Amino acid sequence: MSTLIAIGAGIAVLTGIGAGIGIGIATGKAAEAVARQPEVESKIMKMLVFGAALAEATAIYGFVVALLIIILLK
Amino acid sequence: MGNLGEVLIEEMNCETVFSIGGIGIAESVVVTWIIMAAVVLVSILLTRNLKVENPGRGQLMLESAVTGLQNIGKNIVGEEGERYAAYLSSVLLYLGIANLSGIVGFKPPTKDLNVTAALAIMSILLIEFAGIRVKGTKRWLKDFTKPVALVTPINILEVLIKPLSLCMRLFGNILGGFVVMKLIEHVLPVGLPVLFGIYFDLFDGLIQAYVFVFLTGLFIKEAIELE
Repeated sequence: MSTLIAIGAGIAVLTGIGAGIGIGIATGKAAEAVARQPEVESKIMKMLVFGAALAEATAIYGFVVALLIIILLK
Repeated sequence: MGNLGEVLIEEMNCETVFSIGGIGIAESVVVTWIIMAAVVLVSILLTRNLKVENPGRGQLMLESAVTGLQNIGKNIVGEEGERYAAYLSSVLLYLGIANLSGIVGFKPPTKDLNVTAALAIMSILLIEFAGIRVKGTKRWLKDFTKPVALVTPINILEVLIKPLSLCMRLFGNILGGFVVMKLIEHVLPVGLPVLFGIYFDLFDGLIQAYVFVFLTGLFIKEAIELE
């Protein structure tokens, strides 16, 4: 039983893939934008941090679900 | 590792410190009271001896800080934002202090799911009432069927999903940072935690406070939009 719970929690954390891809794309685009217009770097930086915080949420949901699986099913 | 799991579970549930007439007062509530007392005290101290003519250095700093906070509301919500600036800036101040309170040894209240859930419910009530106030009840109900009648269930579901996502985002981020910090401390107790602590305790806490306020503002803007 505990093995199955561990596997389930592991699967829940796979949501991190989406967040990783999303933040990767955002960072790549931000680097492109800075290369094109270095003078607005601070603005781009702010937007990037904010967007990353939003994209991170999906990974966080996976983490919360994994924790709930471990704690509630134990 | 078995020890670590127990520590985490112990940190997850919030202990009841004492009870008043059968109502249990949780630790997060006590920390919130301490934060409230500190904020009220600082506000009273800062707003004493305000002058219209020849304002002092402290007053000028205070004025620019207040203007900055009000501008946050205006920047997100738009022209109507002044009405909601008070709520948005108080939540921002509270969340900022709450997320940073781990540094001085308190248990951050935002690590308790009940606190973030309460904040999210407050936000969704404000969002919906803002919509009703601007549109009127009939128009507000009618807007559930837009853009096509088929999406009505999804629109209704959104009323529940918005606060859930707000609440889980804040809770998960703070708890996630905490768990990662504990793991790092487990691996290497010296040096490394300081470096990561700057990110997880300082940076992430403030960013998440801003994200919460920004999303609330964005949802308000969406709710009061008349097309």
